[in-house]
Amino acid sequence: MFHWLEQRPFFFSVGVFLVIAFAGLIEIVPDFAQASRPVAGTQPYTLLQLAGRHVYIKDSCNACHSQLIRPFKSETDRYGPYSLSGEYAYDRPFLWGSKRTGPDLHRVGEYRTTDWHENHMWEPTSVVPGSIMPAYKHMFTQNADLETAYAEALTVKKVFNVPYDQPGFTKLGSWEEAKKQALEDAKKIAADMKNKDVKEAVERGEIPEIVALIAYLNSLR
Amino acid sequence: MQNAGLEYDYTVSKWFAYLAIIFGIVGMSIGTYIAFELAFPGMNEWFGQYGTFSRLRPIHTNVVAFGFTLSGIWAAMYYIAQRTLKVSLKENSFVHGLAKAHFWLYLLLAALMVTTELMGITTSKEYAEMEWPLDVLTVVVWVLFGMAMFGMIGMRREKTLYISMWYFIAFFLGVAMLYLFNNMEVPTYFVTGMGKWYHSVSMYSGTNDALVQWWYGHNAVAFVFTVPIVAMIYYYLPKESGQPVFSYKLSLLSFWGLMFVYLWAGGHHLIYSTVPDWMQTMGSVFSVILILPSWGSAINMLLTMKGEWNQLKESPLIKFMVLASTFYMLSTLEGPIQAIKSVNALAHFTDWIPGHVHDGTLGWVGFMVIAAILHMAPRYFKREIYSRKLMEMQFWLQTTGIVLYFSSMWIAGITQGMMWRAVDQYGNLAYSFIDTVTVLHPYYTIRAIGGLLYVTGLFMWAYNFYKTMQSDKVLEKEPAFASPMGA
Repeated sequence: MFHWLEQRPFFFSVGVFLVIAFAGLIEIVPDFAQASRPVAGTQPYTLLQLAGRHVYIKDSCNACHSQLIRPFKSETDRYGPYSLSGEYAYDRPFLWGSKRTGPDLHRVGEYRTTDWHENHMWEPTSVVPGSIMPAYKHMFTQNADLETAYAEALTVKKVFNVPYDQPGFTKLGSWEEAKKQALEDAKKIAADMKNKDVKEAVERGEIPEIVALIAYLNSLR
Repeated sequence: MQNAGLEYDYTVSKWFAYLAIIFGIVGMSIGTYIAFELAFPGMNEWFGQYGTFSRLRPIHTNVVAFGFTLSGIWAAMYYIAQRTLKVSLKENSFVHGLAKAHFWLYLLLAALMVTTELMGITTSKEYAEMEWPLDVLTVVVWVLFGMAMFGMIGMRREKTLYISMWYFIAFFLGVAMLYLFNNMEVPTYFVTGMGKWYHSVSMYSGTNDALVQWWYGHNAVAFVFTVPIVAMIYYYLPKESGQPVFSYKLSLLSFWGLMFVYLWAGGHHLIYSTVPDWMQTMGSVFSVILILPSWGSAINMLLTMKGEWNQLKESPLIKFMVLASTFYMLSTLEGPIQAIKSVNALAHFTDWIPGHVHDGTLGWVGFMVIAAILHMAPRYFKREIYSRKLMEMQFWLQTTGIVLYFSSMWIAGITQGMMWRAVDQYGNLAYSFIDTVTVLHPYYTIRAIGGLLYVTGLFMWAYNFYKTMQSDKVLEKEPAFASPMGA
């Protein structure tokens, strides 16, 4: 049979494809519907948080930080309750990471504050002596891309039925409404910050990346 | 041989070989740079936002995996396919044109990939960071590759496909399937008419997204770092040594076994995560079973050298390939060990994982690509390889580099894993996280030095290749087996 296949590239290719596709079908398909169900209380990201999530992705924070607390005492002691599948229901893409050069961040909003993040992102060793994390000073001067974040939120609402604007869930609204709300949220964060340029930018109606990023990090609970 | 007069056309193969050398040096230099950043974090500020570890890490992985490795694979494919199928690209200008288009579009794609990732345009999924417009271009490149390869197969005079071609076909099909499914995404601009046109959002969310990503991520290792590299060793080792492949039956078992088992093992990246437990266990179990087909190929190669081990001493090319095969055995044993649940609890998220990846990639993939291109050089240029001594030096330098790399990362990983879970006499955590970072400084330094040695070897490789092109020791005809080399 193998000799026969080796002389017929078409059937050989079909055979190979069937053999490799088999595992994917059995492992991935059965769980799809169940795993995407959110746990009670899980909210879609606000516009500002989503823009911050884009900053997190842009600078590949996930290269060094996980967002997955494993069910071990040593992990729950350090990071909080272990992660549940439904908590990730609105995460597109998932950001579990594969390497902890730095600590896990899945519940970082529970134990770090806006001003801590501000100092840390400006100069990591100022709050964590010995830290090998780079400083991310450019996040204080570049603005977050609110429009793309809105486009994404609207897309997931339309295409994947993410429950934006439904009773009890995060309000998105029109682009104008959403932008206004994001700016209000940004002002609350900027009020806890000390960097003059950032504060002034927010006063002017801009949203520096750092503000959006902190909004996202604070939402991780 | 019935077609002894057939003259092969190495144009496209040669182009890919040049690219492999360039991407190897670029990608691994970036890798070495970011390795030094972990040891000396001040270096993160040298190039502003474009030089941080986090921005550069995906570029390192992409340039090495999809620049260096794929170029090396295609250099080999366009060479091996002609020879084992007994066709020449000269015979059909359409297929030759497809192969050339494959090369140029791939080069364009690689350039765009580096540029966009430097700008921070990424989907964040490991080894699938490119945004949707580049995903589309990837599909085009892949289709061109497939058409060129199947074009050659269609023209073939040798009816039976050689083992290497089985693996190249599997490489084409496997990557196509994995890539398509993992990169399913919705471009947000087309739905809303707002925001950046190249932005997209993943079709899968949360746990499902992770499941698809690691089904892909693990099997990118299977179908880029394993399958086509096995194709290469099945051709170059018997050819360079002049020995027939030890066992046809063993190669059958290894091939079909690898195809069937590999895909299941992706779950071992998600052990103790929120994916269902049965899937994690399947990932573990199949990872262990995977030792069989992996070692099958490796042992088949080592036994091919039976009775001819003196060649190991005489030829640096044989050294590269035999050690590649040995590193393949090492990392396919190490992988399953890490996939065992209790070991994974310790090893996951630590530096042991990059350590494991690098003994496979530097030792197995890197050495195979290096050996393949040096084996082809005298055939490309009809000239003797410039220097055996230089190759010997490169071999030992790079082997030392790899040993420094993985041994330091083993120690670093296990140290960190143990410190994360260590408790004092009252059951409280014994170390804060930063303690587990600063303790790694010496290992990070050793690892970076290991990387530096390896990259130095690549420069020697490039120099040797370049001098071979220039050499005045012209060969009358293509050498049949062992590559002739100067002192």
